[in-house]
Amino acid sequence: MVQSLDVLQETPSQTAGPYVHIGLIQAHAGMENYYDEELGQSPIEEGALGEVIEITGSVYDGTGWALRDALIESWQPDAQGKFSKQDGADPKVHGYCRFAADAETGEFTLRTVKPGRVGSRYGVMQAPHISLWIVARGINVGLQTRIYFDDENNAGDPLLSRIEQTPRVQTLIAKKTGEGKYRFDIRLQGDGETVFLDI
Amino acid sequence: MRDQDALMPRNRDIHPVPYDPAYKTSVPRSPKWALVSMESSASEEFGPAFGHNKFGPHDNNLILNYTRGEAPAVGERILMHGRVLDENNRPVRNTLVEIWQANAGGRYRHKKDGYLAPLDPNFGGCGRTMTDENGYYEFLTIRPGAYPWPNRGNDWRPMHIHVSVFGSGFGQRLITQMYFEGDPLINHCPIAATIKDRSQLDRLVAPLDFSKSRPLDFLAYKFDIVLRGRRQTMFENKLEGL
Repeated sequence: MVQSLDVLQETPSQTAGPYVHIGLIQAHAGMENYYDEELGQSPIEEGALGEVIEITGSVYDGTGWALRDALIESWQPDAQGKFSKQDGADPKVHGYCRFAADAETGEFTLRTVKPGRVGSRYGVMQAPHISLWIVARGINVGLQTRIYFDDENNAGDPLLSRIEQTPRVQTLIAKKTGEGKYRFDIRLQGDGETVFLDI
Repeated sequence: MRDQDALMPRNRDIHPVPYDPAYKTSVPRSPKWALVSMESSASEEFGPAFGHNKFGPHDNNLILNYTRGEAPAVGERILMHGRVLDENNRPVRNTLVEIWQANAGGRYRHKKDGYLAPLDPNFGGCGRTMTDENGYYEFLTIRPGAYPWPNRGNDWRPMHIHVSVFGSGFGQRLITQMYFEGDPLINHCPIAATIKDRSQLDRLVAPLDFSKSRPLDFLAYKFDIVLRGRRQTMFENKLEGL
């Protein structure tokens, strides 16, 4: 026998199930005012510096049907690329939001500020992006992905450069549809399947 | 160990398989292509911070929080408690733990749940709390009932409480389910069975804990949670800018 390692193992994941909204986004489950304040309602406060943008989209399953029960969380830095705990970060940007696909249409909207560039461990700058985490019934381990922007310079981004099949890079890039408006659809499976991450 | 230290890669072997035909909804909702892996960056190493100040006095008491202390929920009164640790066996302090669950009859207070078991007028079914300096958390609640779900012809979920945990970095985000010691339905559940290593599934089963139960008041179940750890950097073998 060898010595034992002093490490624990992560707790295994389980699906968030169909009623995830009760726990994480109460008003969406039909329980207004359950808590004095629901968490993660907006990633920004009024007065946040930078360009305010609106990203809309849907999460589609392998048959092309938009999920009505998906819950998404987003996490991003401020317009200068600083996360909320970092020195000099914009106090009006908390950076975190949780939102759900509409129960009737399956469409979500994220209103936030466009994030700035963030460095990577080895000094290479990452292109502006928003991190997403998607949970729902049928998803056994929460799916990580990122939103990039088609009106930014994404060349040299360490993550995008890592995707061998370059056409798949497009699945991570939100398309500008108007002034401050973007479209970002997520395809869980099949044609145009979104790139999901293990980072 | 600093917030911006790299996260240890996830050991995907301990997690459920994404595609499992016995859990039918996973069939169209699991990616077909492999995940793209990369070492964590600031985007995963930093995460949201939540303050206690936003919390109400009954937020971690599901027996009273729907009625704001006016009337208690019906069911088996239990304390759910445990610690949140990371893979380095360090407590995860001041982190948000959220739970949600069905009532004693297996009915959720959600507009989409049409199960014929009735709602409890005094039970909402969600709670939240922050871990303390030792990573400890606790909830007072009622034990949820099993319930049927439309999967195979006669599938029933075991009694379970959904648990959501944050950690200090967004890449540690985890949602799981706590099951109860001795529940025979665990062995028949296609969702539990998405975890292929039985010893890993057993880690989601909370033991009865008499040491924390209060006589003539409530029983207790212990549920410890482990999040991804951070790799303490002794040597950085790639220099800045290279």
